[in-house]
This record gives sequence, structure tokens and C-alpha cells, in this order.
Amino acid sequence: MNKYQRVAYYPGCALEGTGHAYNSSTKAVGKALGLELDEVKDWNCCGAMEVKNVDPKVQTYLSSRVMSIAAHEMKAKVVMAPCNGCYHNLKKAEYDLAHDAASRETVDRISKKAGHETYQAGSLETIHALDWIKDGIGEEELKRRLKGSLKGLKVANYYGCMYTRPRHIFPEKDRGAGSESTSQPHFMDDLLAAAGAENVDFPLKTACCGGAHTLSDSDTSTKLVLNILQAAEAAGADVIATECPTCHSGLEMHQVRAEKVLGKKTKVRMLYFTQLLGVALGVSPRKLGVHENASDGISLLKEKQIL
Amino acid sequence: MAIHEKSLIRPENLTTHENLFVDGVDVSGHWSTFIQSRVVTDYNESLQDEIAALPGGEHIHRCWQCGSCTNSCTVNAVNPDFNPRFWIYLIRVGMESELLRDKDIIWQCVSCNKCTYACPRDVFPEGVMKATAHWLELKGHTPKSKSTLFDEEFTEQVVATGKIEEGRIIRNFFARTDQPLLQDWLVEMAKRIARRLPFKLGLMMALAAIFRPKARKWSDASAAISEYVNEQHAKQKKALSLE
Repeated sequence: MNKYQRVAYYPGCALEGTGHAYNSSTKAVGKALGLELDEVKDWNCCGAMEVKNVDPKVQTYLSSRVMSIAAHEMKAKVVMAPCNGCYHNLKKAEYDLAHDAASRETVDRISKKAGHETYQAGSLETIHALDWIKDGIGEEELKRRLKGSLKGLKVANYYGCMYTRPRHIFPEKDRGAGSESTSQPHFMDDLLAAAGAENVDFPLKTACCGGAHTLSDSDTSTKLVLNILQAAEAAGADVIATECPTCHSGLEMHQVRAEKVLGKKTKVRMLYFTQLLGVALGVSPRKLGVHENASDGISLLKEKQIL
Repeated sequence: MAIHEKSLIRPENLTTHENLFVDGVDVSGHWSTFIQSRVVTDYNESLQDEIAALPGGEHIHRCWQCGSCTNSCTVNAVNPDFNPRFWIYLIRVGMESELLRDKDIIWQCVSCNKCTYACPRDVFPEGVMKATAHWLELKGHTPKSKSTLFDEEFTEQVVATGKIEEGRIIRNFFARTDQPLLQDWLVEMAKRIARRLPFKLGLMMALAAIFRPKARKWSDASAAISEYVNEQHAKQKKALSLE
């Protein structure tokens, strides 16, 4: 059996809040494709972009607790996190625990006091929702299961920062044909192309949306987001496909803010890649949470006669 | 001779003469711009060690000054004064007074890690930026930045309950930074979402705001984390001679 057929699932805090639609669409797409998710029991926050600034090793501990539950209590081999922040932090914890004795010592100390088994590096493979679908199903099988098509939809694929940077925490990337690239990521492009979308040549795939300072330095974030939105429009995109709740809500929020504060209006819409795949797989937009997005995806999909 | 990185020299230290001959040589005009010589006596010889004692700053000594960090920097593209390569240089030679000229923008690093990706010496410039911003706050050169206040609010919630609730973070952050919550663009954003939001989801979000999400059996982890963080912060203060 495919090792991604049934994986431990770590949704993370954002997917229970602003990224609710990403959570429901990920589950719906998994169901339509026959992939199973086993939610990590009693998971905690990974620390996102914030806890590391108070203490990086506490952040390592937070991820290690989630991995400890998945690997040692649930006996899972693979954990899947759809959020770039969670995915990145689990990967970073894995790297630090494998390479840094001080991190191991701190994690062991806190784990013992917290009363659970210390996570041992190498016990678990962390993957992103993109890996899960790309390697668990693949484009050919995905095409066979399509009930509709994204034909006529021009998509800019936006991966953000934490899916590819820094390179050293992603040892499986940049391994040549079939592997993901950290400079020109393409897994989302591949999946959406298989679902019939037309991917535009988008130069800002891994640009930063300023997510870490989306509220604490909104002016910088608005400039960065506006740049991404305008580049997507210049490339001819109708929609920006996202694979991170922080990027997604950052793009939506600062699209509104750019309009209100800078008077710069942009028309491009934002949809999670799982929402786009779900539509092509014949799942109802309501189940995919399309109406929960601030950006109006429904009218675009109707206009393009996809719905 | 051309002056490289002219933006790094204070304008008052640049002199151009309309009409000047030195030993019979014409040195008038733009092409003979002079940099005023100066003597620096206030080196802080422990600056690099202090930054290296804070999390993220550990590898600053590896820097070769190639400039890949500044070249790839997201914030530099928006604000040319944001220059990690230059700050690392100032820290390494101990020019604290020069570093302090940029004290109010160093916290603006967005942690995109483009610098870390590009750095050929594994300096981890993103970490150095965080360490420097913390150093400025710990030494009292700057008040806590909005970013630090956000990080603290977020971390307090994680340590207390093991999880965060976004609405609570936003409300508490705006309160901590004395900003009104009802900003035009946030209200507009809420309106656009509410237009299509199903009643059930609205109710769920309201419940999450009242009954905070929690990880179960978290209290021992919470105590162990707090104990560890307090120890680390005490060590850092000692390294910065703030005892």
C-alpha cells in the first residue's frame, strides 16, 4: 500500500480559525481521492512565526510534541500538515533534533517534565498537503478521477516562503526529476494543470507576503502583497492558488487594505489549491468553503463556467 | 573616484567644492566629491559577543561580507536603508553608534529566509536580525517593537493553553499597542466575509472566542516551558551585563 494512503493529520491552529476553508477542502479532496486522514490526537500549536522569537528551542519542543504523539502514540510513519508554518516548523524540528545536541537536550528535558515520550529524530516523515496528493495519487490518477475541469481558468501558483526556505531543512527537495524544487517549486502547478487549469508564468511564486508582520507592520505587508497581486494580474492570472493559510489570509486582508489605504484596487481572486482541485473533482463549493473566503471565488468560477 | 554605497555615508560627511585646486590639480565638482575623514573612538568591543549570545546570532562570526543577504532581502527591496550585510559589518567591528542610526527599522525583518537561503557561509542572517532587534530592546535603545509585542502575546497564549485563538490574539495585540480595533480596512474585510459566511461557522467562531481552544494535559508542559524560558532569559541578561 502507498505510504501516503493513510497519514497522521496535523491541521494546526489557523485551520481551526481563519483557514477553516483550507481544512474542509483538504479533507473533502482527500475523501474524493480515497486518501485517509487520522488527526493527531490532542495536538498543540507549532509556535508559528512567533514563539521562535521568544525562544527557538521552545518552538522545537512544540513541534516535537506533535511528532511524538504521531510517531510514538499513534504509531504513524507519516504526518501531513497543510499549513506552511506547521509544515516548516515540523521539518525544522526534525533537522535540529537530528543535528544539534543542545536542541535534543532541551526537548528531552521539557518532554520528560511534560510527561510524554521524547520524539526521536527519524521516526516520522513530515509532508505537505501538496506532497500528499502529488505523491499519494499523482497526476495520472487525479485525471482519471476528475468529474469536471478547470479549463479556461488562468492560475498563478503562489507557494510563499516557508514551503522552500531555508533549503537545508528540506533534504528531499532539489533531488532532480520528480522531486520538488526550492527555487522553482512546481507540485501545485503540476496538480492544477492535471485538473485542466492554465498556469501562467508567475515570477513571484516564492516571494514573501509579509505574513510574519501582517498586523505589526501592516504598511510593509500591504506593499509586499500588492506587488504579488499586481504581478499575478500582469501575468494574466484570474486567480492566485494558495497552499498556506497565513499567505491566503494575508493576500486577502492586504488586498482590501491596499484598496482602502493606498487606493490600489486589484481584481485577482484567491483560492486554496484544494478548493480548485475539489471543484474539478465535483465536490460542492459549499463543502470546500469557497463562500468563506473574503475574496469572491464563486462569481469567478461561475463566470468561467466551471461551476 | 566613485564612492561605493554612497547612501551609507551621512550627507554632512560628503563635500563637493565648486571651485578648488589642490597643488595645481583641479578637484572641483561632483567627480571629486570628498568623504570627510573622521576618527572613531567609541568601539564596543563586546558587541559581536553580545549579539552571538542571543538566539539566532550564534553564527555572525562566519560572515564574509559578500552581500548575498542584502541582495536577496525582501525588506531591502521596499526600503533600501534595510541592509543586513552592513549591520553585520558594524556589529563585527563594534561600531555601535553607527548601528544605532538604524535602530528603528531592524525589527522589520519579515523572516522570509531568503538571506538564509542565499548565504554561502551559513550565518543565518535572519537569526542575526532577530538577535539584533532583541539586543536593542534589552539594552534599552528601543522600546519593544510591535512585532515583539505580537510575539509575546502569541507565546503567552501558547504557553498557557497549548493553542492559540486568532481572534483573541488580534484583540489583545491591538489593545497592547493602543490601536483601535475598528480600522476601516479590518471592518471592510469583516463585512466581505460576513456577506457569505454561513451561520453555523459564525457561531463556531464565536464559541471559540468564549471557550478558548486548549490542548489537554498541558499544564506540566506549560510549567516546564516557562521554567526553561526564564532560565534562558536570565542567561541572556547576564551575557549582556544587565544583571
